[in-house]
Amino acid sequence: MSLVLNEDQLMFRDSAKRFAAERAPVAELRRLRDSRDATGFDRAVWKEMAEMGWAGVLIPEEYGGVGFGHVGAGLIAQEIGRNLSATPMLSTAILGVTALLKGGTEAQKQSVLGSVASGDSLLALAVDERSRHAPFNVATRATGSGGKYKLSGRKVLVLDGHVADRLIVSARTSGDVESRDGITLFLVDPKAAGVTITRTNLVDSHNAAVVELRDVAVSAEDVLGGVDKGAALLDAVLDAGRAVLAAELLGVADESFERTLGYLRERDQFGVKIGTFQGLQHRAAHLFCEIELVRSAVLRALQALDAQEPAAAGLICLAKAKASDIGRIATNEAVQMHGGIGMTDEFDIGFFMKRARVAAETFGDAYYHTDRYAQLAGY
Amino acid sequence: MSAQPEIRSGEQLDAFRRETRQWLEANCPAEMRQPVVEEDDVCWGGRNVKFKNDAQRAWLERMAARGWTTPEWPKAYGGGGLSKEEAKVLREEMSALRCRLPLTSFGISMLGPALLKYGNETQKREHIPRIVRGEIRWCQGYSEPGAGSDLASLKTRADDKGDHFLINGSKIWTSYGDKADWIFCLVRTNFDGKKHDGISFLLFDMASPGVSTSPIRLISGYSPFTQTFFDNVKVPKENLLGELNKGWTIAKYLLTHERNMIGGMGLGLRVGGKGSLGQLAVTNLGLAGGRLADPVLRADIARFELDAHAFALTMERVQAEAKAGNETGAMSSMLKYFGTELNKRRAELMMSVAGVDGLKFGDGGGEELAPIWLRTKANSIEGGTSEIQLNIISKHVLKLPGA
Repeated sequence: MSLVLNEDQLMFRDSAKRFAAERAPVAELRRLRDSRDATGFDRAVWKEMAEMGWAGVLIPEEYGGVGFGHVGAGLIAQEIGRNLSATPMLSTAILGVTALLKGGTEAQKQSVLGSVASGDSLLALAVDERSRHAPFNVATRATGSGGKYKLSGRKVLVLDGHVADRLIVSARTSGDVESRDGITLFLVDPKAAGVTITRTNLVDSHNAAVVELRDVAVSAEDVLGGVDKGAALLDAVLDAGRAVLAAELLGVADESFERTLGYLRERDQFGVKIGTFQGLQHRAAHLFCEIELVRSAVLRALQALDAQEPAAAGLICLAKAKASDIGRIATNEAVQMHGGIGMTDEFDIGFFMKRARVAAETFGDAYYHTDRYAQLAGY
Repeated sequence: MSAQPEIRSGEQLDAFRRETRQWLEANCPAEMRQPVVEEDDVCWGGRNVKFKNDAQRAWLERMAARGWTTPEWPKAYGGGGLSKEEAKVLREEMSALRCRLPLTSFGISMLGPALLKYGNETQKREHIPRIVRGEIRWCQGYSEPGAGSDLASLKTRADDKGDHFLINGSKIWTSYGDKADWIFCLVRTNFDGKKHDGISFLLFDMASPGVSTSPIRLISGYSPFTQTFFDNVKVPKENLLGELNKGWTIAKYLLTHERNMIGGMGLGLRVGGKGSLGQLAVTNLGLAGGRLADPVLRADIARFELDAHAFALTMERVQAEAKAGNETGAMSSMLKYFGTELNKRRAELMMSVAGVDGLKFGDGGGEELAPIWLRTKANSIEGGTSEIQLNIISKHVLKLPGA
């Protein structure tokens, strides 16, 4: 597989680029934040995105999607990152869809995927329970017998949880709290008795929620994948999310770097452009190299997912670790090189730093994935 | 380069692969399929070549006869005339059979591409076949005691004496200057105006009267470099490559090739031999609970391996971009900068993993890590320092002002 984009992918990217910049730019995120918008994104814009194939990017045509794969999803995510677009893309079109595609029965796929692809239905993944990502550390319990379960527990960082039409919840059906075995994924109706959803305001003004479950009744038909066998499915779902988040972080890094270069070319101090100072030039040139490394790692990870390569897990660790780290560094450098104006809310550059922090933390940061990379390599 | 070889179909490539494997199996001596261990396992050719054994000589002669010491160079000048795809097949098959390179030289890796691009017909016919056959060993006359990073300020002068130039001055960091037969050399032919516009590119014989060398001993204990002196050296006018005072263009073109070569060492050089750093650390440090027993060193190793992996993918991507016809020229500085810095990081970590065992020095035997560690320090200096690469990226890629 060649590490360059083909014609179709380039066209798909260009249309995503135009659309995101026009309909979901940083100014729109600012408006949503300042108006304390109850949804956190514009549903009408999401419908338009769905029409362009974003919601159904991973969904095969037979279920109403466009089947453009993870490389395609990554191209969209880069533009989302460049514009800090508020969308339910990650929660619904990546995490939710992957859970259904990899773990759903035919009936479950038929009932959910079509309305997701059309932009009418939203999904949310409820996995993490702790302050730092630990997906197999599951205290939420599913107890019961004869195909009837009751779920109890508390989930954090549930992306788009407060607007989702279906929740996908990991719960323990057997085993210890820290065991990979014994985890089961359930489809849960957020309106069911015993479900309490509280929106969390995060620093990046993107959507997240806390989901509390108290004896929530679910049945065998709501199980995704096999009972007790949720860990492998969760790996697949999270890895798709991590690879696409890495692509989004690449977009965040690209955009904040370009804005910073623009500033270095135009800002005068001491009677010259500040971009003439070698102290800034070398930092910018080094950052350029780092971002190019991220670009290679992200594309390769997305290709590996599409080709279902056994090495995909390691490549995703690489992409998410590097993208988290460089996304953070690029946006920090951006604020520093902008100087005082970079610290003002009126100026957009701070939004990029905030988003990079949250995207890096989501589903494992650079520390998490560096550790996982080493473990996969046997050390 | 002249006429491009035809692009062959998949079936033709498969046939080429079969023929190549058969030929290599029949013609590559068993001794030439052993790993390179000692310095004299690498054949540099030249007038004074001393083959380590008959196998080394036979392997060079057989490969040179097919032009496969320079697979992609035109047949007209003795090269292999292979397409990029065929050359890749040859590399893959050589690697599969563990064949050594038959010939390593600066004629191949540096001068050749510049000769093919800028040389006149007479120069190409005189010099290229001798490079292909390993008959002439070349060295590079670029840096001077007073012209390092600011290479264009060089002062070695070539005065016009009618039918010849008269060369006076001195070059430094001449790799294997004491073993080379000919030198490609930057000289000043104009002292007025912009410094870049008064440089010419000369080729001349190191046996010419007035040329002398003096070895330079390095921190690693090796002496691969000389200082090279020119005292009234007569060089015929026809030895000028390209136009008078236009040598800087050729110099830069050649540096791009050199940078790619040095940057690529970030991948090629596995200090201390086999496997990744992580796996070597497992052997030396042991595991505790599935992780390396020293958690802080482990974190640094893992970060290094991540960067090395992402860098390897970037090399692959740049090659794919180049193959797709996309502009990648500016990337050579990135690869040189990042590749050499990675190589230094690898060597530093390898020393930490080896601990006391890595500190042995001076008993030779090719097993010592310390000389290798010390050698890597030159990677980010030679061929343009890391700081110069960052300057180039700032100016040519990022378009920052006044850089």
